[in-house]
Amino acid sequence: MSAYLLFIILILILTCFYYVAKNRSLLLVDGDIKKLHSLPTHYGWSAGVNSFIPGFIILSIWAISKDSLINKLMISQLGTEAASLPAFELNALLNNISNYVATGAGDENLAVYAEYYRTVSEKIAWSFFLASIGVSCISGYYTLYKMSPAVNSRNHLETIIKVLLLAFSVIAIITTIGIVFSLLFESIRFFDQISITEFVFGTKWSPQTAIRADQVGSSGAFGAVPLFMGTMLITVIAMLIAGPIGLLSAIYMAEFANKRIRKIAKPLLEILAGIPTVVYGFIAALVVAPFIRDTGALFGLEIASESALAAGIVMGVMIIPLISSLSDDVISVVPQSLREGSLGLGATQTETILKVILPSALPGVVGALLLATSRAIGETMIVVMAAGMAANLTINPLEAVTTVTVQIVALLTGDQEFASAKTLSAFALGLALFFTTLALNAIALIIVKKYREQYD
Amino acid sequence: MTDTPDNDQATARVTWHSEEQKSRLKSRYRKEKIFKFFAMSSLAAAIAALVVVLGSIIMTGSSGFTETRIEMDIFLDKTILGDLPTNDRQEFEKQVAGANINRILVSSLQKEFPEVTKRSDVFALLRLFSVGAQTDIRDVILNDPSVIGETVPVDLLASSNVDMLIKGNISRDIPETDRKISDQQIAWVDQLNNAGKVTQGFNWSFFVSGDSREPELAGIWSATIGSFLTLLVTFLIAFPIGVGSAIYLEEFAPKNRLTDLIEININNLAAVPSIIFGLLGLAIFINYINLPRSAPLVGGLTLALMTLPTIIITSRAALKAVPPSIKEAAIGLGASHMQTVFHHVLPLSMPGILTGSIIGMAQALGETAPLIMIGMVAFIVDTPGSIMEASTALPVQVYLWADSPERGFLEKTSAAIMVLLAFLIIMNGLAIWLRQKFEKKW
Repeated sequence: MSAYLLFIILILILTCFYYVAKNRSLLLVDGDIKKLHSLPTHYGWSAGVNSFIPGFIILSIWAISKDSLINKLMISQLGTEAASLPAFELNALLNNISNYVATGAGDENLAVYAEYYRTVSEKIAWSFFLASIGVSCISGYYTLYKMSPAVNSRNHLETIIKVLLLAFSVIAIITTIGIVFSLLFESIRFFDQISITEFVFGTKWSPQTAIRADQVGSSGAFGAVPLFMGTMLITVIAMLIAGPIGLLSAIYMAEFANKRIRKIAKPLLEILAGIPTVVYGFIAALVVAPFIRDTGALFGLEIASESALAAGIVMGVMIIPLISSLSDDVISVVPQSLREGSLGLGATQTETILKVILPSALPGVVGALLLATSRAIGETMIVVMAAGMAANLTINPLEAVTTVTVQIVALLTGDQEFASAKTLSAFALGLALFFTTLALNAIALIIVKKYREQYD
Repeated sequence: MTDTPDNDQATARVTWHSEEQKSRLKSRYRKEKIFKFFAMSSLAAAIAALVVVLGSIIMTGSSGFTETRIEMDIFLDKTILGDLPTNDRQEFEKQVAGANINRILVSSLQKEFPEVTKRSDVFALLRLFSVGAQTDIRDVILNDPSVIGETVPVDLLASSNVDMLIKGNISRDIPETDRKISDQQIAWVDQLNNAGKVTQGFNWSFFVSGDSREPELAGIWSATIGSFLTLLVTFLIAFPIGVGSAIYLEEFAPKNRLTDLIEININNLAAVPSIIFGLLGLAIFINYINLPRSAPLVGGLTLALMTLPTIIITSRAALKAVPPSIKEAAIGLGASHMQTVFHHVLPLSMPGILTGSIIGMAQALGETAPLIMIGMVAFIVDTPGSIMEASTALPVQVYLWADSPERGFLEKTSAAIMVLLAFLIIMNGLAIWLRQKFEKKW
């Protein structure tokens, strides 16, 4: 009695109605297709889909509400004693019963309830099963019954498809809502335990909460300032590398380079953009960090092997292609007439670029830089692999810092107790990250829209 | 133009051939040169970075595809193996699996090195070989039961430390206490090497085995299958939904608030960091819907939500590129709007849509952070058989190995990255091929 079986049966019913309706539509007009409003396949699909949708709705209700429905019935069966149990114990009891049903092993006292569980779940499954098939058949049959050459089943079918396409588009909204709410709910639970002011202004981050009261050194401090500072530091280093290099390469490719160089360089930059971030992280940890440490040692500098500099440089390399391709787009949109006008007045190419083209493309360039910044802030793998874990509040790029994303990963990997402040803090960090990147993207969009020069 | 006289006077005063003007011109040209140089070196720096990245991967990774084997004469002692029922294949395999192969290996080693008697030295000698060496001996017995009781030469898999030594990744110069292989062991390896018993061959097991704690036994097969299953789920969900919403937004959406909201959301989602999608997957799919942790199903769902914006945006561009004349012709011939879209516009824009989808899938293949969030980082040896079983994925395998302190995993990491990059190149190449072959210029 699984949902899959029911689904397959519904598909079979759909197929049956499709063929019956298709043939019946032709029979209605004695094979003279011209007298039909729609094509026979439209009549077929229309009946098939009409039979499938109500059955499928019941199937989904069953799949979603099955567990809670059975649990509710079980609780009423267990009596008032069980209902007064704390939620945690009640859940454990229900789990034990369902395990008993599944494996046949467990506490013998549960046997009575397991029997009840089995009959109830069987009854529920059967009723939904029959209801689904019944409704499906009735609905399909009704469409068949109402069918006549004048019924515009094509329009009916197209409306259904249009609604389906709309539903697909709405998934984007649902995803956003899902992100916001899942982050928000867990964050609210976190802020029940830790005050917002401590999170936003606190300068000490050590998320290990004590399991026993007498434990040493695990007080649990959730001041996120060091994380934000660490993220900022690495992002600034990355932007200092990627900003000039990305922009200048875009300028070179758009203004100076001949066709051949462009044809070679562009795909190469695309390869750079296509390299997975985990590879960059590996390079940062394997090549760049030791190189920086050794170079520092040559000059007598003590550089942490997980320095912010290493992560920042590699992150900079990662976002070079993003900046260069976005700037390339805005630079090539600048109309040719501006270039020619400037060159015609005797300006050198450099003067044209710096005094005419860049000012005109500035909003787009600023937008590109902001998008790149938002990408750097949200980047995870490079910093997870190359930046440190200790939350140092410093702006020295030679020291190890940690970032928001590193902490999210660290807090949520391994065994975890979901309701603890430690795990919940990851969602609070995620919320902060989400809104920061959202704000940066929105600002970028507004700048591009508001200050864009219109040449037409 | 009331101020022309002044201007005329001003320009008239400039003598272009004066020294002052010449030096001004010179400095302008110098600036031009400097700027051009900086622009060019920026591009060169970006390309150099690419070379460094790929170069260091290839340099450290290419040796990961070879393995070291040591040929040993193994005496398949009947007294140790016991009476094996050679006529009953199933029982035979069971007994071989349970046989004390370790003792066979030890006694054969003692025959080869009679001077080694101390217990700790025997262990040191044994550690030249991988635990996989026992499998090699077992395979010999299983392949041909008639060799039991005889002495046969077997190519045994060397341990990772010997492998590293042979490949030169462990330096002999550093003090003995700092290296994982002792001077005595190095002497044995050299002795065997001089006798021509140490060989290097292509490491097939890297491609066909799963993860392992031993670097010389670790492979990428289960991670590859995990990635494949994850991507399959991603594609099956993201492609229909993505193309469907692209069709709706491009062809049917009325201009209203809802449409605007959808478009804003798609653009925002495209810029949301991938780790946020991981948090979403953890909170919704695992904690709320109770789907199994670490399963390709959850990974695929999460990545599908992440790639959806890419697919929608590229599909819309492809749909937009179909000229209106085609639509008008279809509508003029009596097709409905829906028929026009599904019979003409969609097939014509399919190459573009597929190109965009493949690029989106390539992104999803390289994505690591969301998969870590939903628990695909566990140490998993077995190949997942379905989308509900715990599994890992290629980029996550890279991450896990990169974290491992063993020297032997370093080249495995780079080798796995090379395989990952090869997949990405194939996918992107396919996308480019599709675009060039089927794209029509209207």
